Amino acid sequence: MDRIPILKVGDCLLVTIQVDMHDELAMSLQEDLTSQIARYGSRGVLIDISSLEIVDSFIGRMLANIAAMSRVLDAQTVLTGMQPAVAITLVELGMALPGIKTALNVERGMQLLQEYMDEGPEPEETDGSEA
Amino acid sequence: MSAFQQVIKANETAILSGWLSEMATSTRRTDLMGDTEIRQQATELLRLFTEASQTSSDVQSAAFASTKEFLKDVAKSRMDQGFTPAETALFVLSMKQPVFNALRDAMKSNPSELVTEIWAAGNLLDKLSMLTVTNAIGFRELTIQRQQEEMLELSTPVVKLWDGILALPLIGTLDSARTQVVMESLLTAIVDTNSQVAIIDITGVPTVDTLVAQHLIKTITAARLMGADCYLSGIRPAIAQTIVHLGIDLTDIQTKAKLSDAFALALQRSGKTVVSTKGSAPKPKEL
Repeated sequence: MDRIPILKVGDCLLVTIQVDMHDELAMSLQEDLTSQIARYGSRGVLIDISSLEIVDSFIGRMLANIAAMSRVLDAQTVLTGMQPAVAITLVELGMALPGIKTALNVERGMQLLQEYMDEGPEPEETDGSEA
Repeated sequence: MSAFQQVIKANETAILSGWLSEMATSTRRTDLMGDTEIRQQATELLRLFTEASQTSSDVQSAAFASTKEFLKDVAKSRMDQGFTPAETALFVLSMKQPVFNALRDAMKSNPSELVTEIWAAGNLLDKLSMLTVTNAIGFRELTIQRQQEEMLELSTPVVKLWDGILALPLIGTLDSARTQVVMESLLTAIVDTNSQVAIIDITGVPTVDTLVAQHLIKTITAARLMGADCYLSGIRPAIAQTIVHLGIDLTDIQTKAKLSDAFALALQRSGKTVVSTKGSAPKPKEL
């Protein structure tokens, strides 16, 4: 697979990562996603990584970068379906991904994005720990 | 092949009966083992030993492989039955007396040869009994190791308080190995039960040092990465003081003094209230 497909669902973009990420794939995803956000004016990005079983620091950083870039383009990123092993690895690598919202599955993630979009741009002083 | 092997082979029956009576006086544990079983074991061991010692006098050689295998089984069964390692060793060692008796009767005329043969036979039997003790202790160590693993599993239960709310009551000192198990079982439970909130209760943790705190923070961060909120509860006043004195930063983590407080918060955040059904005017309890 050359590129990871990005699906447009209403105001959101949906990315499901179903193959093991290698660095090139991650870079192209980053480029594709930013250009798609700009093109459709999307307000939310949902990345489902439930099939991702291996992460390294590069992928972790790439996820953090995507969230930061989306934030600049006024889109909220939600990461869903992270496997326990992946979560442990990221924590051991010291990557807590502080700017990214997370949800257990795509359904909850969509709910979260919907809430965010209903509220409109929220003030930044919230501690990011809301469910 | 030296002389003692021949003597043993020639006097197998006499040695066996002598050995059995020796065991009956010194090491017999009628409460743990029946007569027939001990006779079976003794007969089998003597047969294997006689057979092996015909070709070699080195315990490490291939000739003794079946003897060693048999002793392993004996050690295992005796450990299971509750014998001490010493009693297990005495099973082999009590063979010495009848073997020496047989040698003495056979070599009355030649004292110097008798001493040499007693030494050789004694040496061989000592090595075998040492092997038995090593095996016996090895089995006991295996048991201890297995129990340690079981204790690790037992000590980290993840309980479900409500739909989507998990609690992990930690009891006992946390070390690295245990926190790893805690982390894994909590994260797996979050996926399995599809829970949005997990409460880690440390009421039963006697001390919190920087290492334990770091482990807890890691677990909470990992849970957050998976999309679950994680609260820390059961922080005793002494531990609160320790945490501040050690300079541990828990500002990113929702902490509560009691498990009930954390549970109330979890219910509130998931949009649930507790209502009293008694009394004239049931009002929603303020959470």
